[in-house]
Amino acid sequence: MSPLTTLTPLTVKKPSPARNRLRGGARYAPTLATVGLFIAMFAVGSGMYPSFLSGQVFLNLFIDNTFLIVLAVGMTFVILTGGIDLSVGAVVALSMMVSATLLQQGWNAGAIIVLVLLIGGGLGLLMGLIIQYFDIQPFIVTLAGMFLARGLCYVISLDSIPVTEGFFTGMAQAQIPLPGDLFVSPGVLLALGIVAIAFFVLHHTRFGRTVYAIGGNEHSAMLMGLPVKSTKILVYALSGLCSAVAGILFSFYSLSGYSLAAQGMELDAIAAVVIGGTLLTGGTGYVLGSVVGVLVLGIVQTFIAYDGTLSSWWTKIVIGGLLLVFILLQRLFARKTR
Amino acid sequence: MVPVVEMTDIAIGFPGVKALDGVNFRLFPGEVHALMGENGAGKSTLIKALTGVYSIDSGTVTVLGEHKQFSTPAASQAAGISTVYQEVNLCPNLTVEENVLLGREPRRRGSIDWKGVRSRTREVLAELHLDQVDPGSLLSSHSIAVQQLIAIARSVEINAKVLILDEPTSSLDADEVNQLFRVIRDLRDRGVAILFVSHFLEQVYDISDRMTVLRNGKLVGEYMTRDLSRMGLISKMIGREMEALAELDQAPARTRARTDSGVTPFLETRGLGRKGSVSHVDLSVYPGEVVGLAGLLGAGRTEIARLIFGADKADEGSMAIKGASQRIRSPRTAIDLRIGFCSEDRKEEGLIGDLSVRDNLVLAMQASKGWARRIPRRVQDELVAEYIQALDVRPANPDALIRNLSGGNQQKVLLARWLVTHPELLILDEPTRGIDIGAKTQIQKLVSQLAADGMSILFISSELEEVLRVSDRIAVIKDRAMVADINNDDVSVEDVMTVIAGGAQ
Amino acid sequence: MKSLLKHRLAWPVIALAALLLLNQVFRPDFLSLRMQDGHLYGSLIDIMRNGAPTILIALGMTLVIATRGIDLSVGAVVAIAGAASCAYIAASPEPGSPVTAATAVLIAVIAGLALGIWNGFLVSTIGVQPIIATLVLMTAGRGIAQLITGGQIISVSNDPYKSIGAGYLLTLPISILITAAVFILAAVLTRRTALGTLIEAVGINPVASRLAGLRSRNIIWIVYVFSAVCAAIAGLMISSNVTAADANNAGLYIEMDAILAVVIGGTSLAGGRYTLVGTVVGAFIIQTLTTTVYTLGIPPEVTLVFKALVVITVCLLQAPKARNLLSSLKAAPKPAAKEKVAI
Repeated sequence: MSPLTTLTPLTVKKPSPARNRLRGGARYAPTLATVGLFIAMFAVGSGMYPSFLSGQVFLNLFIDNTFLIVLAVGMTFVILTGGIDLSVGAVVALSMMVSATLLQQGWNAGAIIVLVLLIGGGLGLLMGLIIQYFDIQPFIVTLAGMFLARGLCYVISLDSIPVTEGFFTGMAQAQIPLPGDLFVSPGVLLALGIVAIAFFVLHHTRFGRTVYAIGGNEHSAMLMGLPVKSTKILVYALSGLCSAVAGILFSFYSLSGYSLAAQGMELDAIAAVVIGGTLLTGGTGYVLGSVVGVLVLGIVQTFIAYDGTLSSWWTKIVIGGLLLVFILLQRLFARKTR
Repeated sequence: MVPVVEMTDIAIGFPGVKALDGVNFRLFPGEVHALMGENGAGKSTLIKALTGVYSIDSGTVTVLGEHKQFSTPAASQAAGISTVYQEVNLCPNLTVEENVLLGREPRRRGSIDWKGVRSRTREVLAELHLDQVDPGSLLSSHSIAVQQLIAIARSVEINAKVLILDEPTSSLDADEVNQLFRVIRDLRDRGVAILFVSHFLEQVYDISDRMTVLRNGKLVGEYMTRDLSRMGLISKMIGREMEALAELDQAPARTRARTDSGVTPFLETRGLGRKGSVSHVDLSVYPGEVVGLAGLLGAGRTEIARLIFGADKADEGSMAIKGASQRIRSPRTAIDLRIGFCSEDRKEEGLIGDLSVRDNLVLAMQASKGWARRIPRRVQDELVAEYIQALDVRPANPDALIRNLSGGNQQKVLLARWLVTHPELLILDEPTRGIDIGAKTQIQKLVSQLAADGMSILFISSELEEVLRVSDRIAVIKDRAMVADINNDDVSVEDVMTVIAGGAQ
Repeated sequence: MKSLLKHRLAWPVIALAALLLLNQVFRPDFLSLRMQDGHLYGSLIDIMRNGAPTILIALGMTLVIATRGIDLSVGAVVAIAGAASCAYIAASPEPGSPVTAATAVLIAVIAGLALGIWNGFLVSTIGVQPIIATLVLMTAGRGIAQLITGGQIISVSNDPYKSIGAGYLLTLPISILITAAVFILAAVLTRRTALGTLIEAVGINPVASRLAGLRSRNIIWIVYVFSAVCAAIAGLMISSNVTAADANNAGLYIEMDAILAVVIGGTSLAGGRYTLVGTVVGAFIIQTLTTTVYTLGIPPEVTLVFKALVVITVCLLQAPKARNLLSSLKAAPKPAAKEKVAI
């Protein structure tokens, strides 16, 4: 407000270009920091291990994390509205169990995939409806959803069920060659396709902009006449749907169904979204940032695998540490803009 | 001329309250219409009824002669009614252009046409002479004043026939207000009907053509601004019903002036203020003195109280307690300096509703001692019994949940909460609002008694007669600044009202 | 009778009684206790013993929730405490001595203390939302526990240590006695000091509490420390019961059970009034539910589905209340509150 006081009454001072650039840049700052972090980690890895610097190592980050990318996409929608979805890991496991069991019984792969998507989306829709109409905190509703999905897994079977069906094994082994002796899995293309769709929806549709508006100020969004209720419900349905897709991708990857699979994966998804620059209070963030967040988590794992002396649990500690740093950054950022 | 909006015989009730009762309201194209009334008069409720936030119980709303039932803000907007709230209901995390067009973005084959958004925003901003605002900049990078203008741009974009401005100027400085008024006049000349709500009397007289006055949820009347004097307006806003109370209780007026030279005031402020709140508060309160803060609701009385108590941080001026300069950063500091504060908002800022009378009564005292040193139950019982009796709290049950008590009894418990801490300055913000007359006179007597015992009291009430009756001295607050400090000898309500109405200072 | 039904503990107690009766119908010896080798045995004892860690954690969680917070990190704290104490015992020169056991216990409690201070720091000083602040430790904590155990399941053989989770004293399992002691400590700490009242005040109306001069920062800090220490003791119990530290699975989902116990016991997730007794009843209900599933011959796998349905039911039952409260708030003072902002 202060710059205005010094001016003649009839003009509105525009923020100085430099200040505006700074502000505009600040919007992307957390995501850019993540990109920088990723590049730095890749560079350090390449410096330490000659074989690190290869296109395939980079592509493997995608191949090994297709499911997490899809989960992070759904979670990004939810967190952008200021909510949270703790059920995603359990829904992944449920999707895997349902596909593995039905495949064993000789169902058609296509029919199973449709069914799994319906279950995931339906569960998300249900949670969204409860959150919206009974005004219960998202975290407790999705916690119940997590219990429910995980419990249903146990009900289906306690044992690991192998998947031997042709389509699934085919997808698991398929490699799509790229120039330069590189390859990706079909799952990667699917995941990137979903990312592209999510990007389009978030940035080029009214639904997407409403998601951002709700996260910015839900009350304002309501007063502006935006469809707040339906958007909030739909966001959880979308997250459920993404979880189901992630479950199928994870089935391709692991070729089994196990009721204890994907434990704690909701934390990885949340961490990826936060590290990717999305504010946990909602309203700010990018789905591409979440993808970079997943890559950062992936490179931490790769790094630890390459090192050989570091043990796998360092992954969790490093992720926790990164999460902390980004939360503190967000906090600082929020204080500054206030 | 046909009114663009006509509301007839509107009634809205909430459990236990009639917020609006038989109110009529008309709004014509090309006018600035001020909606006047004190807090709780029903202005906000009327606006919310018109914007579809509240649904009406009875009465009719017509827009351009057509009957309307607004059940959502979207429905109201579709009928051409647009609202800009004081707190700017836009999304700070989005860009200017998005905020202007959110939900109505031009689309091409399902995809938002961002070029179209940009050019449409530029057009609208140009109409409001806001060419310098970059449509792609974040809303939060602009001042509140510009954000407000952007909110207006959003209304212009939908070709709103009615623009409601709810307290638009409350955080603007003079230049910004001029800028806003220029835009308002511009829109008015283009035939937009503007509903203007403000606590600033001078601004209302500056900008409005016509006004509707509400009081206690009822219509007082509709007037042409040029025909209604400031005095006339004020008396219509605050009504005259407190005369009845004055006759009920003829407590002797306190006229003892305690400002003898040589006595150090307990509290002295110099140029105290806070940006966007109040400014230039020069107030002194002497031991054993009751100083009344007079002024219309919304003039800035509560803000002054909050600054002194450290509930909000002052960012200009200075404050001295017993002659020693102090910075009060939090209520804790104020309490340690022996200041107590009863908020006007009992429910949100006073009561711990789910706790008992006993727990509420000893809360401030316990907070001073810290959690580890619990006030022994015996001491609690004695204190509670003493104050329940002294203040005549009913029911006299220390274990009753305080939310189940009547307003007057709740207020007495909150008063007792401070009295047990033996404050030297007690700030009472609307201590008698919404409570029955019996409790009201009891509280007024208590105030006089406490002052006689040597306590300093800052007394805030929207009932001028009450202020006059209990105060030794009166500080008059107008448009968020202190404008006069008068000794209460033979001062009449009319005298104070003249000060309030008297032009710019 | 009616006023009795209105008591806030009425429904949890009725639910617990109904569950116990149901079991008694299907297994006539369910409620009976018998003495064997100077130890009490019976299904009730089992329920209490198996439920002890959940009760402990739920006690801490109750106070956290009363301040409008949540502690998601308790499961991780359980793992860290168990890992730290077992790692110490395994590495010590006298892995069987009582002194080693005592030191191990001390290490675990200090670890809990430190982790609680950390959570409290993030919430009260930095001002991070509780759910997010504790998420950090929830994520990193298991990694830290694995770091301590070196990724192995560390088995220990130390009789005094083993007795924490599996031993008996005065005919009762020691874990029950420890839990009872912590419960009494919590009750005394909150009710004999002003802590309980001030916790409730902060949870019910933070604004009014601040204006009454309350320093909520210290109070919030205390509840997170208490919660983590409870979790650490629970971690000792769990690891001692199996005489091993399993960084991956010790206390997995226990934060969920604890939150569930608090909610079933009648403490609202919105904060404010809390009941420690209700929480204990809530934890018993959860544990009995698990037992009932066995008794009725339902596959044990279904327990989680049951829990999910219970959470949703309880929340839905609480929700209309919250909604009524909300609408009554909306009704009268909302317009006034709005204008107050507008001054």
